[in-house]
Amino acid sequence: MKRFLWSLLFFIALLFIWHLLVLAKIWSVVLLPDPLSVWEYLKTAAEDGTLLEASLVTMRRLLMGYAIGLAVGLPLGLLTARFKFCEDTLGVLALGLQTLPSVCWVPLALLWFGQTEAAMLFVVIMGTLWSVIIATDNGVRNVPPIFARAARTMGSKRLHTWLHVILPASLPFIVSGMKQGWAFAWRSLMAAEIYVTILTGFGLGHLLHYGRELNAMDQVIGVMFVIVVIGLLADKILFSPWERFLHRRWGTGRA
Amino acid sequence: MPIEEELQNVPPAKLAVEKVSKRFPTGRGGEVHALDEVSFNVNVGGFVCLVGPSGCGKSTLLNIIAGLEKPDSGQVLADGKPITQPGRDRMMMFQESALFPWLDVMGTVLFGLKLKPGLKEKARREVPAFYLNLVGLGKFSRSNIHQLSGGMKQRVALARALAPNPRVLLMDEPFAALDALTREQLYGDLQRIWETRKKTILFVTHNVREAACLGNRVLLFSPYPGRIREEFKIDLERPRDINSVKLASYSTEIMRALKGYVAAEVAE
Repeated sequence: MKRFLWSLLFFIALLFIWHLLVLAKIWSVVLLPDPLSVWEYLKTAAEDGTLLEASLVTMRRLLMGYAIGLAVGLPLGLLTARFKFCEDTLGVLALGLQTLPSVCWVPLALLWFGQTEAAMLFVVIMGTLWSVIIATDNGVRNVPPIFARAARTMGSKRLHTWLHVILPASLPFIVSGMKQGWAFAWRSLMAAEIYVTILTGFGLGHLLHYGRELNAMDQVIGVMFVIVVIGLLADKILFSPWERFLHRRWGTGRA
Repeated sequence: MPIEEELQNVPPAKLAVEKVSKRFPTGRGGEVHALDEVSFNVNVGGFVCLVGPSGCGKSTLLNIIAGLEKPDSGQVLADGKPITQPGRDRMMMFQESALFPWLDVMGTVLFGLKLKPGLKEKARREVPAFYLNLVGLGKFSRSNIHQLSGGMKQRVALARALAPNPRVLLMDEPFAALDALTREQLYGDLQRIWETRKKTILFVTHNVREAACLGNRVLLFSPYPGRIREEFKIDLERPRDINSVKLASYSTEIMRALKGYVAAEVAE
């Protein structure tokens, strides 16, 4: 409780200093709007629905792409860990493409798919996929061989061993890979939305972009704020349960 | 299968190891002769300890009996049937507990049980509770593995191995990493469980005293190539105390023999 109060106090102080800087008129209000006018923007944008709509568009792209990336990446990671052939082909590809900043997929996606939802989905999937493959592969390789041996003595075989021993044993690696994939996907999606207008729906990135076009700094800062909040929420909702589970069972890290 | 039937003692099995040989390639192109035509029997319900220095092939032999590895030649029979793969009739305990961190204690004991066909949902809950009580961990069924001490972890591993009601228990230095006091408690518990649950136990250790304390027979192993050199019968009443004087005289005798083989090997 005491720690929460300190946090709260810190942010109130931050807002207050910001407000004082505006009052001191060092910079033009065009460059540094008052926190209250940012709040005004957020309120109107929330009331007329633009903010909610943009958030939904962005979240839909992100969650769909992320889910596909996970669903494809996990089994592929298991394959690269299991078969030498997959390791030498797909594994090398994943290792290479993972070093490519996922924003770099945007031009290619636009040429391939046009200014459509598919392009956005593609960018998010590319951001997620390679991290998940590599993390899963890495996780499987770090499973102590004795786990599989112990399971075999108890009658566990091929598929059962993979699903009930190898996969859960690699969970700490997989979860950190999922987090990394999420971060890559989120960043690349924002870049893509700011970079180019997608005709099938206006996301948060577009709001940010139009804020700049209209010189509406209150909108720019307001949307940035929303993006931060969504990022934090996603972290809490998507990863906290896993991390709590890892903490409880493995006794590692802090939940 | 009703729960009473599931918890009944199954008849322990007889093991026959017949001329088992196994070689491993070493890094530099040579080979290690881990087992050289090893033969011995374990009677129904017997408690046999294999003792010898590290690297003499004891664990390899245990893995072969468990069905985790195949011998180059020779065979192992369990009740007359050749062993070709792991089976629920032979459960194994390892030096590191090899417990799965993603399961709690109850889930751990259930792991092998869930793979046993024909077990009812009710039994799935009662059987683990029975074995956890047997190893003295009845109150810890919802604990996580990382919260347990080394001795408790090995107790969970023992419960996990007992739960599918195997006829043979294969134990690969299960107490080697524990402190002396914890070990002593486990010696007592293991003897008690062996008597009440009627298992055939093959116990591998490098600790001569431990072997003398637990086994009805102690087989002395020495390496390069791995062979059984001598056999000792331990005629002491149970439960045996590791600190008793009578036991000390047995372990001195075994130790003297063991040193003889190790010295002979160094001289060669």
